[in-house]
Amino acid sequence: MAEPVLCVRDLGKSFGALKASDAISLDLFPGEIHALIGPNGAGKSTLIAQITGRLAPDSGSIRFLGREITHVPAPARARMGLAQSFQITALAEEMSALENALLGVIAAQSSPWRFFTPALRPGPLRARAEAALARVGLAERARAQVATLSHGERRRLEIAAALAQSPRAFLMDEPMAGLGADGTQALTALLSELRHEAPILLVEHDMDAVFALADRISVLDYGRLIASGTVAEIRAHPEVRRAYLGEYPEENPGEETP
Amino acid sequence: MIGARSLDAILFLALPLVVLYAMAADQPFTITLATKVAIFALAGTGLNIALGLGGLVSLGHAIFFGIGGYAMGILASHAQSYTPLLESPFLIEGTKSMPLIWLTAMSAGALAALLIGALSLRTSGVYFIMITLAFGQMFYYFAISWPAYGGEDGLPIYLRNSFPGLDTLDPAQFFALAFALLALALLFAARLAHAPFGLALSAARQSESRAIAAGLSPYRLRLAAFTLSGAITALAGALYADLNRFVSPAMLSWQTSGEIMIFVILGGVGRLFGPLAGAALYILMEQSLGQFTEFWQIPLGLVLLAVVLFARGGLIGLLARSEREGENG
Repeated sequence: MAEPVLCVRDLGKSFGALKASDAISLDLFPGEIHALIGPNGAGKSTLIAQITGRLAPDSGSIRFLGREITHVPAPARARMGLAQSFQITALAEEMSALENALLGVIAAQSSPWRFFTPALRPGPLRARAEAALARVGLAERARAQVATLSHGERRRLEIAAALAQSPRAFLMDEPMAGLGADGTQALTALLSELRHEAPILLVEHDMDAVFALADRISVLDYGRLIASGTVAEIRAHPEVRRAYLGEYPEENPGEETP
Repeated sequence: MIGARSLDAILFLALPLVVLYAMAADQPFTITLATKVAIFALAGTGLNIALGLGGLVSLGHAIFFGIGGYAMGILASHAQSYTPLLESPFLIEGTKSMPLIWLTAMSAGALAALLIGALSLRTSGVYFIMITLAFGQMFYYFAISWPAYGGEDGLPIYLRNSFPGLDTLDPAQFFALAFALLALALLFAARLAHAPFGLALSAARQSESRAIAAGLSPYRLRLAAFTLSGAITALAGALYADLNRFVSPAMLSWQTSGEIMIFVILGGVGRLFGPLAGAALYILMEQSLGQFTEFWQIPLGLVLLAVVLFARGGLIGLLARSEREGENG
């Protein structure tokens, strides 16, 4: 099997007596969507925060593209190609969609330390940001101020911003949150394509989307990874059913392969 | 309502027109007032880079204003007493040359902003306001208790400093200098706001998470903005000291920090011409209401309250459609 793009080993993080991450190990391989599921408070967001560098782990290590990044600051990780989208949309509200997408291009391919040339000057940087917007279907809304975008458009802009920064891996924290059925379907199709550009570590509550997209699923409960495997293996896993899928009504227990 | 651009142009041209009128009517005091507006606007333009673009509410910008003033005062006082500033290890003489004084003032202001920013920017919100205020008080009391340059009494400079080819004692010519520097600073601020640096800094203000996720380091961006901001405000301080031919610890007091912030807020935070509008309104109120009562700051306070409560875009936001709204129709 190919080398993992992202490799988390024995990651530990406690808040007082609460073990938010308890010796978590997981890999993200090229071309895959690796879904991370678990009940609320299982420690998914804490894990993502440690991978992106917003939180420092107490123990363990994180490798990205073969490089140890456990102590690399968050912005530098992003510039290496670790792109993320947030559970609660985080965008620069007063700026246009294009400007938001451009931020990642500037950081990854140019430099913010340019004081005179207009950032929106036509050229390869802007073209890259525009291409990312077109990819998620926001080409026409490029000049619209973010505050005027609909919820669905903002979710897509988050993906476009991640896409613009030449990602080597995506970390997506509930990209479907708050989307209607149509929006979820469109985004599912988009993510399915994106995995070939860079693998996706996907935190998601929408189980239909997870089962449709994921190549592998890891299940987190009380900060521990209780199971990891293919969709079929996870559906059949007794501990998973008890901890997580138990919340859902039993649906066709016989039909366990997608 | 008029377009933002025309309003900017009117504001910008009003000041030299007032000066032309005052020259014709032989009212040198009006020229001095216009010069004061230009200098305060320059100080506010400096602060606006930190406050408007970067969202850094600094209550310590009097430090940089005062440092600029003392840079001028110290260099000029040594020049007028023919004593060197430093003899060993190398000789530094005083100077009466404005370009040299400006350069010194901006370098000293930038250095102070870099050091103060490096410490203060580790905090945010109210803590940032308090720590910049605390630094301001430190500088203020240091200036008061430092007898070499006048201490509490301040430091008079007998002759205005010189600029090659100009008679700086002529009010109109000194105004032209201050106004030219203001124009340069506005041009710089305008380019900055639309450059990658301005975009990144502004993104860090609006959503720190977005900036970090994009690979930008908010701390470094803010530190650079604070440093640039300090340098520009220090330049204004040097000019202000030259206008009055006097520098005193009052330039370093927290009231001065507050006044610079009032220029920015009155005119419109983050608006390029906001500090100019704010400084003009401030001086107008001081002159018109000040004739009747020494408590003219009470109506000023009411105006400020009204702006903060009802017109967040300040004077410019009130009078003009914003550029963004204009774009979207």
